[in-house]
Amino acid sequence: MATLTLNINGERRQIDVDPATPLLWVLRDNLQLVGTKYGCGIAQCGACTVHLDKVAVRSCTLPVSAVGDKSIITIEGLSENGDHPVQKAWLEHDVPQCGYCQAGQIMSAAALLKENSKPSDEDIDAAMNGNICRCGTYTRIKAAIKTAAEMR
Amino acid sequence: MSISNKSVGRRSFLKSSVTTSGGMVLGFSWLASCRPASKEEVLAMPEQWFDINAYLKIGDNGVVTIYTPNPEFGQNVKTSMPMIVAEELDVDWKKVLVEMAPYNAELYGFQFTGGSRGIASRWEGLRKAGASARHMLKEAAAQAWQVSADEIKTTEGVLTHEGSGNSATYGEMAAAAAQIPVPEEVELKEVSEFKIIGHSKKNVDGKDIVTGKPLFALDHQAEGMLISMIVQPPAFGLRLKSISNADAVKAMPGIKDVFSIKTYSEGQEKGGFDTNAFPELVAVVGNSTWEVMQAKKALKAEWEPFAAYSETINGWRGSSTVNIPAGLENTTDHKAQMEALAAKPGNVVRRDGNPEEAFENAANVIERTYSAPYLAHNCMEPVNSFAQVKDGKVFIAGPLQAPGMIEPIISARLGIPVEDIDIEMTRMGGGFGRRAYSHYMVEAALIAQHVDAPIKLMYTREDDMTNGIYRPTYQATYRAALDENNNLLAIHVKAGGVPESPLFANRFPAGAIENYLAEEWSIESNITIGAFRAPRSNFMAGAEQSFLDELAETMGQDPIQFRLDLLKRAIENPVGERNDYDAERYTGVLELVKEKSGWGQGDAELHRGVSAYFCHNSYAAHVLDLSIKNGMPVVEKVTCALDCGIVVNPDAAVNMAEGGIVDGVGNAFFGEMTFVDGMPQKNNFHQYRMIRMGEAPKKIEVHFVQNEIDPTGLGEPPFPPIFGAVANAMYRATGTRHYRQPFLKDQRLLG
Ligand code: FES
Ligand code: FES
Repeated sequence: MATLTLNINGERRQIDVDPATPLLWVLRDNLQLVGTKYGCGIAQCGACTVHLDKVAVRSCTLPVSAVGDKSIITIEGLSENGDHPVQKAWLEHDVPQCGYCQAGQIMSAAALLKENSKPSDEDIDAAMNGNICRCGTYTRIKAAIKTAAEMR
Repeated sequence: MSISNKSVGRRSFLKSSVTTSGGMVLGFSWLASCRPASKEEVLAMPEQWFDINAYLKIGDNGVVTIYTPNPEFGQNVKTSMPMIVAEELDVDWKKVLVEMAPYNAELYGFQFTGGSRGIASRWEGLRKAGASARHMLKEAAAQAWQVSADEIKTTEGVLTHEGSGNSATYGEMAAAAAQIPVPEEVELKEVSEFKIIGHSKKNVDGKDIVTGKPLFALDHQAEGMLISMIVQPPAFGLRLKSISNADAVKAMPGIKDVFSIKTYSEGQEKGGFDTNAFPELVAVVGNSTWEVMQAKKALKAEWEPFAAYSETINGWRGSSTVNIPAGLENTTDHKAQMEALAAKPGNVVRRDGNPEEAFENAANVIERTYSAPYLAHNCMEPVNSFAQVKDGKVFIAGPLQAPGMIEPIISARLGIPVEDIDIEMTRMGGGFGRRAYSHYMVEAALIAQHVDAPIKLMYTREDDMTNGIYRPTYQATYRAALDENNNLLAIHVKAGGVPESPLFANRFPAGAIENYLAEEWSIESNITIGAFRAPRSNFMAGAEQSFLDELAETMGQDPIQFRLDLLKRAIENPVGERNDYDAERYTGVLELVKEKSGWGQGDAELHRGVSAYFCHNSYAAHVLDLSIKNGMPVVEKVTCALDCGIVVNPDAAVNMAEGGIVDGVGNAFFGEMTFVDGMPQKNNFHQYRMIRMGEAPKKIEVHFVQNEIDPTGLGEPPFPPIFGAVANAMYRATGTRHYRQPFLKDQRLLG
């Protein structure tokens, strides 16, 4: 066990955990930030995607000890009122089916748009290929990313 | 207006004690807009609610809460079912709040999500729930104004009486309406009067989903809650012999207990949805997910082969006995067994004319064999459930499709009466059939009982993928007899699988073929199977539609025209009497897809495959356009035509059809589970390839046949025919027919 201080969604939070614990489980179990989802635990599905210093990472394989001072943004902290352009575009296209993968999809999409404000279809395919949607909402996700790009 | 007084769901309209007056947690309506709610859109909460019936209550300020009875796994019934109630209630959708109904069979009947029956089975009951509430409001106003109820009109939550100039909102009349007796019969709107049904409404949970609110059972929290995981046998055919290091594991940090549970009591009869691969499991319970994961990895157990046995299943069609063989099964053996059985005469399920003679006299016989592997459901939210057993009462919150099926099983296993079992149906992170088999709730309850604490049972992805309940592996052989002029004389289909046959002997092309023979066979197995989006159809459609494509080509005919000609025969002069499809509606989707895809004006670069199918009382046809880039197939576009009767929420319906199409393309290309010595050969997404963004169709266009037929299924029907569309387009692209799924088996895995 170790006491760590994390910078999450703009707040400093102290936790007492095994430093090998993946960030995903610290978020879900210790900090009750359950918007970030578990899908595979081996960085293959993207359900657990969060931003680490603005870059999309898979929190299921990131030991919390490796986070250090870096800023972590989860779906709960992406915007104040759920009005990040990606979230707005998601609602406009009514993207979700079951919704389980969508936090991860949104976090990957938001990171992509930060890097690349006008992504092509190929850019979107490449950036989003790590996020599985079992319900098959891919065409809507792509359309929503383009809409979000327009909004910015 | 049409009058309906059938007794469907009447009990549901009796005053319920389930919905209570008073403050509700929900304070906002996210229904109004795709944009986040602005100040004006925030609904003020009423001071008081009035229960009108089990499906709705009305606040004194006119806000209406509608309860949606069936579990939600992405098919969007949580939005579309309340739309039906709101339509007949005649209320402004912006004033509607939606809540998941509690599980209560007394009030809501069979609360089941599956078989594409949700909207179809609720259609009349939900309309009557809304219509009877509207009737009661009118009666209340009539009494207040001393006028005839027949002269009172409603418009979006306002009652008016022209003659007297009176008017009142639903909110103002709600208290009085709640005292009006429930009508014996109610007037329902004509389809032409619909203002909400047929007009797209946004997902009522959309805002909560995109902001990461805790909607799923896996997000459930409770005071003092522990985390639990299971360790199951590594292979089908094995059972637990002993736990080798329970004490050492118990001593690991954060671990509370390690023990085994028997998921059935001695001699317990199984229900139809009670499939459960491993009747004894090891449970590991601890403080945190990560600690329990470590303990689970460290746990060592001995496993032993079990002997063959038989069990009684009390399912849909009464009691039946199923034989479970012993042994460690292999995919290669399954293949050999299937080939061997396919070569022998099967069980004849249908015979029209004289197929044997037709084949004897044929100038040309084409015979093709199709097969498909086991598939895992792979819902993105892995199997899980929250459970608490306290003071002789059980509380469960979890993802499930059929609460009414598992409640008696929990009761029988725990010895607690059903009245003392409360199940909360959480939003499911996917279902696809998997969560109809919710025996994991029995596991959760047993573990909670054992440790005497609230627990959350979670399967790891590996547990979820290797736990069985797979789509079975199937094989089908089609034969066609042709005369010297390439006229079709007969069709023969023989199909089977492990452990069930996929055949629907009375579906198309039966009824369109003079001489027709259908046979089936099956092979016993200890690998558990279960319903997977459009069970059996999800294989038969691809096999049949690939064969018809090849047949049309051999006969020198256009594949769509060939199907239309067969259907013409089925309309004008059907063969046999048990044909369970409507050939005219079938024709309708083929004609619509032909028109919308611009069939016959194909871009030379594009390779087009057509496929159509009937299942779950609906009709689907696809034209799939494929190109080859860097040696890999790219699905450029899918044009889809559907006939599922009246479409309640069009944009959501399109979303679901898109999902079915993507799911079908993915499984046709990649989906496969195999076994070596009973052991599933894939346990996570690095091995089990799922379709991803880059492989999904670039464009999907969905068109509905416009009619006024009561709604039929939609979640499943678009899925089965996609396999045929992919196969037929791949043939056009490569010149090679594809008979064995998955079609891109040997391509590299994505990482
Ligand atoms: S849970 Fe992290 S990528 Fe799947
Ligand atoms: S919406 Fe269900 S997994 Fe993506």
